[in-house]
Amino acid sequence: MANWIKIKNNIKVDLGKIPIISKNNLREEVKNIGKRPIGFFGKDWGFGCVRLFIILADDSNSEFYLSSVVFSENDKSYESLTQDIPAFHIFEREFYEQFGIEPLNHPWLKPVRINQDKYPFFEMTGEEVHQVAVGPIHAGVIEPGHFRFMCNGESVYHLEIMLGYQHRGIEEMMIKNPSNQLAESINGDSVIAYNTAYSQTMEALKGIEISNKAQLIRKAALEMERIAIHIGDMGAIAGDIAYLMGASVFGATRTLVINTMLEICGSRFGRGLVTVGGVNYDIPDDVLNRALETLSKVAKDVDRMTNTMLKNSTVMSRLEKTGTVSTEKAAEIGLVGMAARASGVELDSRFDYPDKWMSELGFERKPFKGVGDVNSRFKLRYKEIKESISIVKKIFAKLKDYKDELIITEGVNNKLSSDSFVISVVEGWRGEIVHIAMTDINRKISKYKIKDPSFNNWYGLGLAVRNNGISDFPLCNKSFNLSYSGNDL
Amino acid sequence: MFDTLKSRIYQGKQYIKDIENAPMREQFRGFPQLCANADTTCLEGVCPTGALNLNPLSIDMGKCTFCGACGRCSEAVKFTAGYKLASTCHEKLVVTPETTYEEYVKSAIETKGEIVKMFGHSLKLRQVSAAGCNGCEMELNACSNVNFDMGRFGIDFVASPRHADGIVITGPISENMAYALEDCYKSVPDPKIVILCGACAISGGVFQESTKLNREFLEKYPIDLYIPGCPVHPLTFINGVLGFIKGKNN
Repeated sequence: MANWIKIKNNIKVDLGKIPIISKNNLREEVKNIGKRPIGFFGKDWGFGCVRLFIILADDSNSEFYLSSVVFSENDKSYESLTQDIPAFHIFEREFYEQFGIEPLNHPWLKPVRINQDKYPFFEMTGEEVHQVAVGPIHAGVIEPGHFRFMCNGESVYHLEIMLGYQHRGIEEMMIKNPSNQLAESINGDSVIAYNTAYSQTMEALKGIEISNKAQLIRKAALEMERIAIHIGDMGAIAGDIAYLMGASVFGATRTLVINTMLEICGSRFGRGLVTVGGVNYDIPDDVLNRALETLSKVAKDVDRMTNTMLKNSTVMSRLEKTGTVSTEKAAEIGLVGMAARASGVELDSRFDYPDKWMSELGFERKPFKGVGDVNSRFKLRYKEIKESISIVKKIFAKLKDYKDELIITEGVNNKLSSDSFVISVVEGWRGEIVHIAMTDINRKISKYKIKDPSFNNWYGLGLAVRNNGISDFPLCNKSFNLSYSGNDL
Repeated sequence: MFDTLKSRIYQGKQYIKDIENAPMREQFRGFPQLCANADTTCLEGVCPTGALNLNPLSIDMGKCTFCGACGRCSEAVKFTAGYKLASTCHEKLVVTPETTYEEYVKSAIETKGEIVKMFGHSLKLRQVSAAGCNGCEMELNACSNVNFDMGRFGIDFVASPRHADGIVITGPISENMAYALEDCYKSVPDPKIVILCGACAISGGVFQESTKLNREFLEKYPIDLYIPGCPVHPLTFINGVLGFIKGKNN
């Protein structure tokens, strides 16, 4: 085991303790551990060297395996891991793009975030095959990305997704001038999740323990974000199958939740709430009681609309068996979060890497029997909305025990500890959001790495639309609702 | 069928009747009211985007993310619930202690007769997300939901730039989106308008220092309306656009 160390969520380790393995052993080592990748990225290591960090997630034991490989200046290749573990494909493509070190025998080494205009798309030939190109600007009010379909008549053989249009250089900016406001703007639909992950890494490096009250407020806000977005997505799925009743009712119900967020922190999406050291806003009793009433109404309205909708046979005919990703495929390509759960792969970092509240408040994992189609992703959202509402209610009740605690802990201005490494995983509504920070000897951030669940999941969407009608693409896309900005950074 | 009808009746009417005078929750961080006499020493280095200037005291709403950091640590800045923030003039977005919300709303939007004549009853917009974080995009989508129902004023988002009277830009405009944005603009038939939506589009917002942006578009083409916010609230957007095409100061 000397080749790997085990680390925990939100707990820093000394950089000096991270083992270095030889690149020739890398493939065997990773295969032997046999866990899924959660981090795989390079860092300039001086004198033209690059150090590659590999983090594997041991979800059943709430631990991560961490090791590294050093590439010297003239060392520009290694044997690709994707050949054995397909889930590495996107990580290796990113590493190649950023450092020019080639994973040999990678099945498809195409760009991740740059050179969209130079990339030759995969082409199929044949009398019946035609191409449909969509984007980067899409028909609706959504983020940009390019989709290239290979079709036979109406049905899709293959979809290639080219992203990177949103690239803003966030990882560089996080090194130069990190702030809560920047963390919130990485992905504006997961404000609380991103800001919590950033704050947790900084707190670990500054040695701050935040108050119980602040922890609970963060946790409640994270679940409210999940409730709001899931309801909005159910509305959008309804809209994409032209079931306008669902679109309008879910739309109005979502408004109730985000307006409650506005009452708590002054922003409908929770901006300004989470900060390094705690939270900026306490929840006064009157707001808390109103929020509880609103959530009860929301639960009732969502129940009512979902049941009405799912009784409708024309709705079911559009949702069932559309855009299916099988359990085997989902596990193989390394889907995470909601998309994985809908395909029957139980990954949920709230339970896999639990904080103390999960047991204290008695939250239990209730597995979802998903078959990976749009219907599963719709019903999973419904299930998670109900669960999250009960979690928020329990947290609000518990908050009363910590009335007198501070919302921001002292020590916010502490210096970061030197030569450290920390990983923070937060389950946003899409799935695991991973932030990794490293510091140098001068107590400054020297590397900041972010992984959005969409980074793993975009390829899943590509597989989901195979052999489906091209007109079902918007529906499949909405059922995943992946992030462009979180992927492009 | 009956269930659907029952749901419809249960929902009732959801739309905000008087959108120009819609009440806003007091917690909302909108128009910043500045106070010249308050102590500003603690405000040094607080602002993440450089919107706050201390000497003399002012806030550039085009840069402000309305994060509230300055308001939490000093009496000098108080974020009010005022949500009518749009302006046709970039310079007017700078708020000083002398600016009151009422005066700002009266003078912020100056429109031309031909705009009112051309677009007063119908304005179709093509939205371009140029590296927007999906915050402004979600709020622009919300403008068309049953609560805000922007379509009743003749304002809609359309799929093709060929059908549009103008474009709405969100995001700080990444290098990778610069070409597509300009292409889209050129595809919109004349006469056309350009609306910048959100702190990122107006000034780069929190991404001002990024090396991956290309904001040349904004120097090349005229901008007609600036709508501050991070993200822009639907009421800010709808009232801003309405003020612009109706030619009345709200």
